[in-house]
Parts: sequence; C-alpha cells; structure tokens
Amino acid sequence: MSTQAVGDLRQRSYSRKILANKIFRTIICILLCLLSILPFYLMIINATRESKAIEAGIAFLPSGNFINNWNALMAKSDGIGITVWGSMLNSAMITIPATILTIYFSTMTAYGVFAYNFKGKKFAWAFIMAIMMVPGQVTIVGFLQFMQNIGLYDNYIPLIIPAIAAPSTVFFMRQYMTGAFSLEIIEAARIDGANEFRTFNTIALPLMRPALATQAIFAFIASWNNLFTPSMLISSTNKSTLPMFVQILRTEQFTTDYGAIYLGLFITVVPIIVVYLILSKYIVAGVALGGVKE
Amino acid sequence: MAKKRRTVEYGRYGYIFIAPFFLVYLIFQFWPLIYTFILSFQDVYKDKYGVMVDNGYSFANFTSVLGLEGGNSYVMQYFGNTAIMWVCNFVPQILLSLLLAVWLTDTKYKLKGSGAYKILIYLPNIITAASVSYLFYSLFGLNGPITLLLKDWGVIGASYNFMDSTAATRGLISFINFWMWYGNTTLLLIAGVLGINPSLFEAADIDGANGFQKFLHVTLPMLKPIMLYVLVTSAIGGLQMYDIPAMFNVKAQGVVGMPDDTSTTMTMYIRRLTSSGSMGRAAAVSVILFIVTLIISLLFFFFMGDREKKPKKAKKGASA
Repeated sequence: MSTQAVGDLRQRSYSRKILANKIFRTIICILLCLLSILPFYLMIINATRESKAIEAGIAFLPSGNFINNWNALMAKSDGIGITVWGSMLNSAMITIPATILTIYFSTMTAYGVFAYNFKGKKFAWAFIMAIMMVPGQVTIVGFLQFMQNIGLYDNYIPLIIPAIAAPSTVFFMRQYMTGAFSLEIIEAARIDGANEFRTFNTIALPLMRPALATQAIFAFIASWNNLFTPSMLISSTNKSTLPMFVQILRTEQFTTDYGAIYLGLFITVVPIIVVYLILSKYIVAGVALGGVKE
Repeated sequence: MAKKRRTVEYGRYGYIFIAPFFLVYLIFQFWPLIYTFILSFQDVYKDKYGVMVDNGYSFANFTSVLGLEGGNSYVMQYFGNTAIMWVCNFVPQILLSLLLAVWLTDTKYKLKGSGAYKILIYLPNIITAASVSYLFYSLFGLNGPITLLLKDWGVIGASYNFMDSTAATRGLISFINFWMWYGNTTLLLIAGVLGINPSLFEAADIDGANGFQKFLHVTLPMLKPIMLYVLVTSAIGGLQMYDIPAMFNVKAQGVVGMPDDTSTTMTMYIRRLTSSGSMGRAAAVSVILFIVTLIISLLFFFFMGDREKKPKKAKKGASA
C-alpha cells in the first residue's frame, strides 16, 4: 500500500514536471511569435500617427492621422517621379514573367535530364549541381558591363530573361520527379502518338502542379524582394522597383516625415503578409520540401 | 535491341529540353563570370577628375583593393565587417533553431499550436529585406519608438544613439539577419529530425537514455549533414549580405555603412566601386568573393564526401 502511494506521488510529480516544462516551452514560443509580429505591429500603428507624436514616444493603439500620412506620402513621391503604386507595377512587370520563366524552363530542364538518355547527361546534371552554389552577386560586375555594352542597361530584360536558368529550381523539380513520376505514363503517351513537347506540356506539367506552385511562390518572393540586382541595373527613377522605392523612402526628402515613412513601409509589407497568411500552409511545407534552396 | 534504338532516337529531345537553360546560363551567367575575371585584370578606372584612365592589363586592381600598395585594405576591412555580422547572427540562429526543432517535434511534450508557431517564426523571412531593415532603422533611430521606450525605462542614457555605436549597429544588423532566418533554419531542422529513423530513438529509450542524452547521441549526429548544409548556405549567403546593411545605418546611397565605415559589407563595396566607375576594382573584389565562396563550397563537398549516403537519407525524410 505504501509503495502504491509512493508510486502515485512519483507519478504526480512526474506529470507536474511535464506540465511545468510544457508551459515554459509554450511561453518561449509565444514570445518568439510576438517578436515576429511586434515590429510590423509598431509599423502599422505608426502609419496612423502624426510625425510629431511618433517622435515623442511609443504607442500601441492606432491614431487618426492615416489620411494625412497618405496624402503626404503621395505628394512627396509624386515630386520624386515614382509613386509606390508605380514601383509596385514595375516590380510586377519583372516578377511575374520571371517567375513563369523560372518554373516553366526549370521543369523543362529537369524533364530533359529525367526522361531522356543522351550522351553528356551525367555531365549536364553535375554542371547544374555545381553552379547551384555560385551566387549571382559575384558575376554582377561582368553582367552589368556586358549589359551596358549591348545596350540593355536600364532595361527590364536583364532582370527577366536570366530567370530561365535557375539551377536550384531545376534541382528541386528533378527531385520531385524522381519521387512522383513514372516514365510509363510518358511511354503511354508516346504510344498514343503524342509528340515529345505535347507530352511535356499536357502530361508532365500538370503532374508537377504541386511542385510548380511551391517553386512559383519562392521564385516570386525572391524576385519581388531583390534589391541588389535592380539597383545595379536600373538608373531611371520611374523604372524603380518596390525595394528601390524603399531606398528612395530612405533619402532626405522623407527624413522627418515619420508618418509617411511608416505608411510607405506599410504599403510595401502588408500585402506580402496577407498573401503569406493565406498561403502559409503551402509555404511552410515548401520550405522543408526544398531542403536544398538558396 | 529495338528498345535501345528507341531511346537513342528519343535522346536528342533531351538536348532540346535542356538547351534553353544552358543557352541562357552561358550568356547571362557564365560569360559575365568570365568577363568579371577579365575586367578584374584591366586597370581601368575614373580618376578624381572623372577622367577614364586605361593602364592595360595587370594585377593593379587586386593590389589596390587589398591595400598591397600601402593604402587601406578595404577588402580585408569589409570582409571583417561582413564576417563579424554573419557570425553574430549564425551562432544564436543555429542554437535557437536546434532548440525549437527539438521542442516542436517532441512527442513527450506535445506543444499545442505548433503549426501557428512555425507560420509566425517563418513570417519575417518572406518580407522584403529592404523594408524590414529600414523599419528596424526607424524603430531604433535617434527618435525611434524603441529607443524612446528604452530611454524611458532607463536602459540607455538620455543622449544615447544606437547609430553612433559600432557594436550596436553591427549587433542590430546581425539581429535582423537572425530574426529573418532562424524560422527558415528551424523548419529545415524539423524536417531533418522527422527524417530520423524512429527505431533509433526507441533503441535509445530501451537503453535508458534521457531526453538530453538522446539529443546528444541520436538527434545531433543524425542532423549533422543538414546542419552542415545550413552552415554552408548561410555562410555563402552571409558573404553576399547587401539588402539589410545597405538599408540600415548608411550614408551616400547605401554604400558606406556608418559609423566610420564599420558596417560596410563586401557587396556594398562592389556597389560603391561600380557606381564610381571603377569597374576593374569592383571586378577584382567580385573575384576575391568568388574564390572565398568556392573554397567554402569545396570544403562542404569535402566534408560531405564520405557521408554521401546520410544527407540523401535526410533529404528523403525532408520530403516525406
């Protein structure tokens, strides 16, 4: 009987220990989540406050100056020669075609290596693997000079066409094909008389849909957020992309107009957060899937 | 026999399918890489009057940026800045990510809402880095809300300015990097932990191992390949660090990191050299950056070499 009681006690203290540990871990996780949100929360609040008030101290509740900040931001960006909407449109004009090219041609390349046997296939694959590690920044000087030489400086083409060659996306697509693709389907299509390109476009591509969606999201984010390459290649203010607009927000014209600055940041950040929260399930799963990514 | 002939016949389509990739790669990435090497040996630059000077081919660009002619060794200085800021972000990042990966996969203490935690800690990673960096600059600036709050609490003196301090500026840049990337690393490590064969943990249980011992002798060794991968990609990415430092505490359109040039990174230096027309020197810095990247990648393959089988296993687990 006494051993029973001791056992009970031990059991109880054990489960209490588990509970305490669980609470501790939950608190840390919640604090980290708050840490992720807090800067954006302060940004949203400050976008509704007067510059003078922002300078005077922190606040956690919104104020009523949103419209005034809006007008200030629009007036000032008009004077600069690019509005936040203009820069968003510019970013879309680069990012959308670049994303489509990346996923279409990456799948095509992966399919070429996956579905066919040809001389040099091993070498081609090894080459793709090797160049995955070379970051774009190290070639930028030659790239910039080359584009200036052929008259494509200050043009969107050098920001779009190179998206065709995205080694890490090719790698991912190839990995996905090995797992979720059988060559027999392709054989069947051939017997039915479909030519190779039709087989690829109407059979292989639709089968790859989940992978295409994941990779499209990541390709889009990478291109949309890129500051380095466009800021090297684009010189006209009216061609600025969204991250370049943020760089303009950082210049003297805005220095003390905090309300307008926070509102500008708000406009660049909030749409991404909204889209992210809608797609978060797929994105979070995709991060783990694409174990090998830039 | 007939089958073999057929694969040969179809084989040429393989070339056609991979042709666009290789064509575009050769024109837009491979040739620029070669061209960068060529430019790095051409001693062409704009002098202080804005006149182009052409001294033909030599090592002058390298000796200049490395400071071998006596001047300041900017490359070493900025490499140092970049390395310090990367290390201060990576060490806490990998430690926290490991802890979270273990916590969020722990079956003994099933945490409620782990899906929401994953979503929120990953959130900063997809936001435009330029916006994030400028947001932090505004929050921690001289009259920023956080600065004012810390002054009210008496944590910092009334006249303190984060942006006057080298340690604070570098610390904040490291923190932004850490904050943006630990979620990503955590997700990768979680996939790695889930990929570990459960029978290994069961065996450890039978042997009477406690939680920490299991972590030390099962989880950690099995995560080695993924951690090595995270280390290498982070190091290569860290060397190219641009968006965050260039939008933080800077002057001159984001090419000089304040205070006193102590938060300028290698890529900011490249940008500074190209915008002043010193293409040769910018190319020389790029070549140095390329060589360092190459060394890191080769070390990675060298260390992965005899473990070829393990990372595959982990990757398979990651995609499960």
